[in-house]
Parts: sequence; structure tokens; C-alpha cells
Amino acid sequence: MSTPYAKLPAWADYGLIPLINLSVAFIVAGFVVMLVGENPFLAAVILVEGAFGKGTGIAFTLFYATTFIFTGLSVAVAAHCSLFNIGTEGQAYIGGLGIALVCLSFDSVLPWWAIFPMAIVAAAAFGALWGLIPAYLQAKRGSHIVITTIMFNFIAASAMVYLLVGPLKPAGSQAPQTRNFLAGAELPKLNWVIELFGAKIRSAPLNICFLLALVMAFLVWLLIWRTRLGYEMRTYGHSPKAARYAGISETRIIITAMMISGALAGMMALNPVMGDQHNVAIDFVSGAGYVGIAVALMGRLHPVGIVLAAILFGMLYQGGAELAFEMPAISRDMIVIIQGLVILFAGALEHMFRPYIQALFASVSPKSVGMQAIKGTGA
Amino acid sequence: MDIFNAIIQVLDSTIRLSVPLLLACLAGLYSERAGIFDIGLEGKMLVGAFAGASAAAVFHSALIGLGTAVLISVAFALVHGFASITHRGNQIVSGVAINFIAAGSTIILGQAWFQQGGRTPALQPGERFEAIIWPGADAIRDVPIIGPIYAELISGHSILVYFAFAMVPFTWWVLFRTRFGLRMRAVGENPAAVDTAGISVAWLRYRALICTGILTGVAGAYLSMVQNGGFVKDMTAGKGYIALAALIFAKWKPVNAMFACLLFGFLDAASIRLQGSPLPLVGKVPAQFMQALPYVLTVILLAGFIGKAIPPRAGGVPYVKER
Repeated sequence: MSTPYAKLPAWADYGLIPLINLSVAFIVAGFVVMLVGENPFLAAVILVEGAFGKGTGIAFTLFYATTFIFTGLSVAVAAHCSLFNIGTEGQAYIGGLGIALVCLSFDSVLPWWAIFPMAIVAAAAFGALWGLIPAYLQAKRGSHIVITTIMFNFIAASAMVYLLVGPLKPAGSQAPQTRNFLAGAELPKLNWVIELFGAKIRSAPLNICFLLALVMAFLVWLLIWRTRLGYEMRTYGHSPKAARYAGISETRIIITAMMISGALAGMMALNPVMGDQHNVAIDFVSGAGYVGIAVALMGRLHPVGIVLAAILFGMLYQGGAELAFEMPAISRDMIVIIQGLVILFAGALEHMFRPYIQALFASVSPKSVGMQAIKGTGA
Repeated sequence: MDIFNAIIQVLDSTIRLSVPLLLACLAGLYSERAGIFDIGLEGKMLVGAFAGASAAAVFHSALIGLGTAVLISVAFALVHGFASITHRGNQIVSGVAINFIAAGSTIILGQAWFQQGGRTPALQPGERFEAIIWPGADAIRDVPIIGPIYAELISGHSILVYFAFAMVPFTWWVLFRTRFGLRMRAVGENPAAVDTAGISVAWLRYRALICTGILTGVAGAYLSMVQNGGFVKDMTAGKGYIALAALIFAKWKPVNAMFACLLFGFLDAASIRLQGSPLPLVGKVPAQFMQALPYVLTVILLAGFIGKAIPPRAGGVPYVKER
């Protein structure tokens, strides 16, 4: 097999190339802003100010980031095993069902610190279960995981609509959602941390799920790079053949990876459901699962990168809301375009600028691309 | 007679609802047969629908609308090609990206250009494709059995409906009876062999993607200029994914694709018609169950419980020349 791309120094690989890709995505987004008849530089300033200018903005940014850390980690864990989990959206939705069941059963009798662990387990279990079926079908019956997870997103959506307009809806209510949870299922806010730094916050939904997300990011790092299971997953991801040769069970590794991925996706639901809305409503995930794809790709599947990328997308969401307020021509759907462009340039076109950068490195310092000793053999 | 009329009505709406699926499904067939996975059918239909309705409203011509829809949709298909053929990017990632860009840009541009909350202006009579009444349809409408079938099912659709169904034998002919079709199938199964024969893999795949773009453009135009009198945001509502499901259900064959799309269209039409009224034997079926049925059926098929769906072998793998 030919290797199409030679090596670059690590800082270029993990810093420079993503940065270039990201910049191109934003430049194209800038053109869209111009097409709409607004000033892209002004838009960028409003966006950043909206996200980080005030304490409330920062709290909202981190609240959105929490959600995207979970979904980004979910996509990344599966991707390390070379499984493309587009089903994060559905798994998070079903995770919300698990939380609803726990909260609706216990919120009148137990305090939050007793309900929270149960809700975490329920969310993870429901999400994992929704990931298990496509994983089983991929491992045992050879059906393509991308297609089955897409189908499962739609099945999840239909099932949740059925439950939320039927069995889970309180009698006499018109809105398709569960009843509001009582105080026992409300998570404590983290806004005071930002207030320590002197900023003022008027009701923002940042809550302890943010800490849980950071813990999960650390655990994912531990799993992928410091455990045997993670090593097996990466081996399978690089070369299924090599993994089989090393005696790694394909079925076990696919199913485990997808269940972990599904569990992380399910836990995403904790943040909006228990931290903000205090009920489960139709379409509460609202695309966060798909944002996870962009976040994971931009973070190069590494937890640190994912946390940073999630904060960037949190910024886009919060700043985008402010932007829609200041520039009516640019609604929040602008973020969807940026998201698409980031996925396109950081994901599908990630190698577009690589040959040029390689040529540049090779001309400046051949050593940096590992070309010193192999004269004549060709790269 | 009442039941007969009801059946005719359900079948009529089955045809109407399955047309966009059929066009998108055949579109996907071209690219997947050439070895390019296309998750982006949804997005290409959406931009097609938006471009078609906008151009038709601005230029007061249905044909210009259709042309614009096809043009923009092909442009998006070429972006997919640029990423996945020229730069050997991940085809699924690229498709997902296209869906997002389509979903966002249609709303943003629609709002900026027309200021109607993401809608395009309602199309006037000359700006959309009208139903074609076949000769004699009104005369024999009252003849029992044959009359309603001829007048409702066969006559009275827009030109795009007939185009969609004509594309089925045409696609079959292209795929199995022309040199281009043979090469296209070959490039989806074993691109190295095609390359060895001195045929450009990339150019062949690009041409397949252009076919995909044309058909998704027509599918989009059908949604916004026939089924609806204008563009509404997110109007594809997952149809691109159902088309993808239908394509797998049809095992990547054109005639099967037609039947799969008619089946999925029928499920949709039936769920609209039933609206919670009880069925014999099974009782009341929730509408959500009917909506989920195409997806469930596809998963069951994929799992190999009803026949085996074997995709083109080189699907999803970027082609790299051995050096």
C-alpha cells in the first residue's frame, strides 16, 4: 500500500493544519455574511463580545460547551475504533428518556445529590443501549454502522414523539413534554465560580454537568491512551486485520466502543434536561449530536482538542444568539453553516492544504519531514 | 364504491409522495454505484428546492426555476466530489457537511433575500409546474373502475412526476446497456481494474456525481414547485435519508428502487389517511409507528433478515493509485 502523505512535525500536524482549515472555514462563512449584506468583521466582533464580553455570556458559552464536550467525546470514542457514529443525536435523545424516568419517579422524595448519580447511570445506560443495537448489527450481521445509526436517529425521534405526546405527557397539558421536575431533580448552578472573578451573572444555566464533562474528558483520555481496551480500540481502528491477527475479538471491541460512545451521548442529556429546562421536551437535543461530529473532527479526536473545540462552538452558539439580536439578517442558522463549513474543511478536506505545507516544510528544512536519509527512493 | 374511491385517493397521494423519494433514490444510485457514498442527498435536495423556488419567483418562469435548481444542486455535488474524489476525504463526513451547509444557507439566504421568515414568495400559476390533464380524462372520469384510475392515477400529474418514473427505465438502460453504465458499475466495484484499462477513475466518478446532482435538483424542484407553492425551511424533512434507506432496500437496482419508493410513499400516504383511525386486526396504530416503519424495515433488511443488501464493493473508499 502506498502512503499518500508523509509525516509533518507534531506541532504542524496538531496545531498549524487545523488552524489553517478552521480559518478557511471562517473566511468562507465571512463571505456568506457579506452575501447577506452585513460586515463580517463587525459580525465577528459582536459574536466574540456576546460570548465572552459579560459574565452571563461566559456562563452560557460554557453551558453550551458542556453539551458539545459530551457529544464530541461520544463521536471521538467511536472514531478511534474507526466507527462513524452519526447516531449521537438519537442516543442523546433516548438518554433523555432514561433521565426522565429517574427524575419523574424520585424527584419528590430524594435530594439532587441522590438523584444525580442515578440519572447519570440511567442516561448512560439508555444511550449505550441505543448504540448497542447498531453495533451488534455491524459486528455480527455486517450492516453499515453509518446507515443503521441514521435510521436509529429517526426511530428514536418517532419513539420519543410517541412517548411525549402520549404516556409521558401529564394529563390536561397540551405541550408535548413531561411535567416539570421538582427541586429534587434540579442540578446546582456553577455561576458563582464565574462570579468569583468579579463578573455579574443574571440567570444562566451553567451547572455541575460542566465538571462532569471535564471528568469524562479525562476518563476518555485515560481509556484511549492508558488502558488495554483503548489500545485494542485504536489497533482495530488502524487496521482491523492487524487486530484480528493479534487475537482481538472484533465483536467485543465494536460493541464496547459503541456502547461507551452511546453512554457519553446519553449523558449529554443531563445538561439541558436537569441543568436547564427541568423537563424532557420534544427535540431537546436539537442537533447537538451533529455538532459533536464537528467538535470531534476539529479536536482531532483528542479530549483536550475536543474541550477547546466545544468551547469554540459554545461561543458560536452564545455569540450567535447575540449576533441575531444585533444583525437581524443573520439568524442563529448562521451557526449551522459554520458548523457545516468546519466539518467540510477540518474533516472532509483536511488534507487539502497538506501537500503545500509539506512542500513548504521540505524546502525550508528537509529534516522536519523526515527526508534526510532517503535520497532517491522518493517520498 | 366508497372504499374504491378511498383506495384511489391513497394511491394517488402515494404517487405524489414517492416522486421526490424516487428522484433522490435514483440520484443516490448513480453515485453509490460509482463508489461514492452520498449522505448529502438531503442537503442537495434542499438547496435544489430553495434555488428552484427562488429563481422561479424572481424570473417568473418555472423552467428557469428548474434549471437553477439543477445547477445549484450539481454545484453541491461537485463540492462533494472535490472533497471525496480529488482530496480523498471521508465521503460520509463530506456528506454531513453538505447537509449542514444546505440547511443553514437556505434559511439565511432566504431570510436575507425575501424577508419572509425563511420562506420564498408564494409561486404564481405560471411559475410552477402545472398538472397535465391527459386527453379524454374528463370524458371517462365517470366510467366505473377504469375512469378514476385513468383520470386520477395516470392523468393529472405534473411533468416532473412523469419524468421521475421515466427515469427508472432510463437509469436501468444507462446502467446495464451503455458503456458509461458498465464503467460506472466497474468503478464502484473495482476501481483499480478500471484504472488499468486506461479510464480515469476520477472523471468517471465526477460524471456519476453530476448525474446525482441533476436528479436531486429535480427532486428539490418537485418539492418546492409542484408539491408546494414555494420553499419552506427544512422542507425536505428527512426525505433524503428515506431515499437512502430506499436505495439500500432496493439493493442498488433501479426498478427495485421504484418499488421501494412507492412502498415508503404508500406508508406515508396511509399514515396521513388513517390519522389514528383503527385498522382491522391490529387496532389503532400510532402515526409515529407508521413514520418509523421505513427506517425499521431498512434496519431489518440491513441486518440480513430479509435477503442480503450487498453494497458496491468500493463504496466509501477513496481511490489511491498504487505507486
